[in-house]
Amino acid sequence: MSDHDHNHNDDERGPSRRRVLECMTWAGTGVLWTITGGVPHSLGLVDAANAAEPAGMTFLQISDSHVGFDKPANPNALGTLEEAINKINAMPKKPSFMIHTGDITHLSKAAEFDNADRIISQAKLDVHYVPGEHDFLDEEIKFYKERYGKGTRGPGYYSFDANGVHFVGLVNVVDLKAGGLGNLGAEQLAWLADDLKGKSKSTPVVVFAHIPLWTVYPEWGWGTEDGGRALEMLKGFGSVTVLNGHIHQVMQKVEGAVTFHTARSTAFPQPAPGTAPSPGPMKVEDAKLRSMLGIASVNFKQNDHKLAIIDTPLAG
Amino acid sequence: MTGTTLRSLGLVIATAILLQLGSARAHAEEVKVTIDNFTFSPAELKLKVGDTITWTNHDDIPHTVVSAGKFRSKTMDTDNTFSFTFTSAGDYKYFCSLHPHMTGMIKVE
Repeated sequence: MSDHDHNHNDDERGPSRRRVLECMTWAGTGVLWTITGGVPHSLGLVDAANAAEPAGMTFLQISDSHVGFDKPANPNALGTLEEAINKINAMPKKPSFMIHTGDITHLSKAAEFDNADRIISQAKLDVHYVPGEHDFLDEEIKFYKERYGKGTRGPGYYSFDANGVHFVGLVNVVDLKAGGLGNLGAEQLAWLADDLKGKSKSTPVVVFAHIPLWTVYPEWGWGTEDGGRALEMLKGFGSVTVLNGHIHQVMQKVEGAVTFHTARSTAFPQPAPGTAPSPGPMKVEDAKLRSMLGIASVNFKQNDHKLAIIDTPLAG
Repeated sequence: MTGTTLRSLGLVIATAILLQLGSARAHAEEVKVTIDNFTFSPAELKLKVGDTITWTNHDDIPHTVVSAGKFRSKTMDTDNTFSFTFTSAGDYKYFCSLHPHMTGMIKVE
């Protein structure tokens, strides 16, 4: 899976070269839009199958599967996770691997982890996990670590390389402070600085963590207290993509060379910031639920340095 | 040996005093705090030593109540409760360790 690809061509162009980023989102049967330099352009209706036929490396992001959740907002979170995995299995081109941005389970029960694994493994892909706060609820905080902590540091952060892209999985759900937001902590930040040291600034970097690393809505805790310090370390890199979950809806912004993106949940939607009394699970009509759940696929093209993110709902 | 005995005796006396303080009031109060929409209600309370709070989570999302070094609940799923009896005076700031923007305060005198 790790394909150390040294693209010298890329180095010659240097880090100052503006990376063009295209982001495409499906709404139903295929409204495609693209962002170039932060300005969205609608490209009109496209054939969904064509849009799903990418060149280069593709990886998938799934998030917030909350296995074990059975409340009115979705009485069968395991079932919708399975639908998401079926969707992945039906993709015309098999992705290289998958990342899961946390809240695998709802209550960190061993059976929930086992059920999640039973379904997710049906995709037959390598999965790189980071934990959500719902994955650290067992008394000894061992179930997540036993399953996914191997080869990681502290509560579970790590990095790896694939197809010339450097991936960093961060943990911002432990040691949270009263009144605060998500938290990376000094030890993890020091590790990150060390991890990025010596990396060519032209190396595309993908950072993924559960809670958004950028401040989405602090009133609901949607942000990371010291996320700015991590982003500071990523300054100067020509292409940075930050992938998060936690807020159960697609949200995106582009700031210079950094693209921030949050994925849908496979379990239940949450309200847009400030539109409800709390960020709790949002009950929608049964017919609408699957349009608010989904997966994201990210495509990296080696030669034109485009990281394209496609969000696909479970149903239109 | 003597030191240990004296310390133990001190502890017994301290406990006895505490118990006496606790029983000085005819009825310690049982107070309820609810969690709805990621909010503790009431968010602030004034209690007397010996009073007990029971928190009940009404959300579809689990919560905790944690007061650093003082009390820490297990994860409370929907309709789960946690009770704590305040045996000494002081200010108890607390929060939900999963959703730290949720905070509350108990003043015990």
